[in-house]
Amino acid sequence: MKKSRTIVAIAAASAISLSLAACSSGSSASAGGKQTLTVEDYYSSDPSMSGYNSIYTSCGAEVGAAINPVHIAGASLIQKVLQQASSKTLPDVLMLDNPDVQQIAATGALAPLTDFGVSAPAGDVPGVLKAGTYKGELYGLAPVINSIALYYNADMLKAAGVTPPTSWDELKAAALKLTDKSKGVYGFAMSNINTYEGTWQFLPFLWTNGGDEKDINTPEAAQALQLDVDLQNDGSMSKSSVNWSQQDVNNQFVAGKAAMMINGPWQLPVLNATKGLNFSSVPIPTRTTAQTVVSPLGGETFNVPNTGDKKKMGLAGKFVACLNKPATQLKIAEISGNVPSDQASAADWAKSHPQVQAFTDTVKTARARTGELGDKWPTAATAIYTAVQLALTGKADPQDALKQGQAQNK
Amino acid sequence: MTTTSVDAGLAQRSAPPTHPTAAPRRRAHLGRYLARWLFVAPAILFVLVFFGYPIVQNVLMSLQDYTTTTFYTGEAPWVGFANYATVFSDPVFVTAVINTALFTIGSIVLQFGIGLGLALFFKRNFPLSGFLRSLLLLPWLLPLIASAAVWKWILDQGSGALNGFLSIFGVQPVPWLVSPSLALIAVIGVNIWLGIPFNTTILYTGLQAVPEELYEAASLDGAVGWRAFRYITWPSIRSVVSVVIVLGVVYTLKVVDIILGLTGGGPANSTQTLATWAYQNSFVKFAFGQGAAISNVLIVVSLLFALVYLYINRKGVDE
Repeated sequence: MKKSRTIVAIAAASAISLSLAACSSGSSASAGGKQTLTVEDYYSSDPSMSGYNSIYTSCGAEVGAAINPVHIAGASLIQKVLQQASSKTLPDVLMLDNPDVQQIAATGALAPLTDFGVSAPAGDVPGVLKAGTYKGELYGLAPVINSIALYYNADMLKAAGVTPPTSWDELKAAALKLTDKSKGVYGFAMSNINTYEGTWQFLPFLWTNGGDEKDINTPEAAQALQLDVDLQNDGSMSKSSVNWSQQDVNNQFVAGKAAMMINGPWQLPVLNATKGLNFSSVPIPTRTTAQTVVSPLGGETFNVPNTGDKKKMGLAGKFVACLNKPATQLKIAEISGNVPSDQASAADWAKSHPQVQAFTDTVKTARARTGELGDKWPTAATAIYTAVQLALTGKADPQDALKQGQAQNK
Repeated sequence: MTTTSVDAGLAQRSAPPTHPTAAPRRRAHLGRYLARWLFVAPAILFVLVFFGYPIVQNVLMSLQDYTTTTFYTGEAPWVGFANYATVFSDPVFVTAVINTALFTIGSIVLQFGIGLGLALFFKRNFPLSGFLRSLLLLPWLLPLIASAAVWKWILDQGSGALNGFLSIFGVQPVPWLVSPSLALIAVIGVNIWLGIPFNTTILYTGLQAVPEELYEAASLDGAVGWRAFRYITWPSIRSVVSVVIVLGVVYTLKVVDIILGLTGGGPANSTQTLATWAYQNSFVKFAFGQGAAISNVLIVVSLLFALVYLYINRKGVDE
């Protein structure tokens, strides 16, 4: 009897260790004949999900591969990629948001596209090449890109007798005139939140005025931040902007609580679907009319991870090249509302889609966030939104806020 | 019960003075020894795998330059205490420590005070008290992210329900989540709302265990109301109180989701606690080494409270 009890105990103990061991090990199988490429992206909701699926399929047919699309919800993509990198289960083709490319390339998880004879299409805007390049090697290419511009409610501007602003002074004056406290309407809205989104929205003011992420403690940066503070202190921008994401900003605009806002072309489907909203957009105003607007470049690149399967990686390279052909770019632009990276295609596209004119103009001079600092960008981005928040909450004046932000920018 | 019967069986078996040879006896002894350990083994294994390994790994990670690259190459250069130096010299560290202390103390004091008040109230067993008590559990039943989203809307400056209500009395819109001096108070308020059910439930259970006779005897001696609470209720539930407070502190120290949902640590780091800052370093900036260093600080603080808890509990057993 005692013996049997011992046996039971041993069996129980070994069962536990067995079940622990069983969690590991996965299996990978590829279909015979035609190769299957796994494509991982974060387009996890329709219409973009089904739109991209059909584009993947047609490019797959062109390079002679079956496609297995995997859609991961946006926020968890990088964490998923890191897991896959450590367990050596990276997909064959990986989509990344462009400011993440250099960081992932720095890990060694991506293969240079030139290994497969892929280079940037000649007509692509220069920002695309910058965003996808890490230490002189091209790792990723974005078929479509975006940026931010100034949307305005045409009816409200007309009623107030205001024309779309082109300079900072005009912006301040227009915002003030469009503000109607009694109705709870603000003249201007943007996101100043304490995330990379807040940084992204502030960058056009910073960069256009000659500010730089390497050292934000400069007079140019202080002028830009002063504009942001002035808009708030004039009462033209809600104090809640320090807590607003770009989506919140769009909600304010759609609800008629903001006459102008900074936002991207991905909001167009929602804006167009809003009944009675008469809107248009212009490039973001510059301090002087002599300045050209420099906005951050948005958009997702397609990359080929180092999976070790040379044959499949070559095929994946061809697949990425197919996605970046101007013809495919136009198809993707159609489903995503973004701008084709190829300048000639973008110009054609703007003719048939006048709503994106402001964005096609802006992306020509758009700058990649990682263009200067590479994988050190997150630190600078944190310093920038910290400074913006310090100034807007009145904890420091713009100059001092930037000084405090720069102290973290190392 | 079971242990006693097993021991009795063993004693019986070894009692008869037969003449066993030495070897089988030693084998039997070894077997018994082994069996004992095998029964403990699952527990030890569980603790090692699910508590020991992550903590050791976290300490190691805080001493390494653990970045995104580590995931691919598996290499994390040893940097000694450089991560701790970076974290401690960051101005945000001081802010986060102060915020963590204010958040924890503010939450615990009010959660406990209100929780105890409600528990005493519900002890009176009036009509519908059971129903109301179950309603009180509601904050606990809602997913944290959902309640954070709802609170964010309630506390919004322009279109929030709370300011809408206050405006009836002519109060100007209050920038609850927007002003750096109010945001922490607002976040603490939401966390108190969240913690009241836990405090009330546990304290109510503690109150139920106080024998009714004590109060009857006390009332004969003239101790009612506050005196009954001071001399009967409080001493009787003291051990429950210590459990509630120690667990409350440990739970509050590690709160991340409610703060991330409401303010994300902002505006201007005014609601940044050690827990949210660790999260931000690890999963937003991907500075895993520094994130691990911050969470080790939290682990040490929690551990201190756990030791206090163990000490108090031991005292309770001795009594």
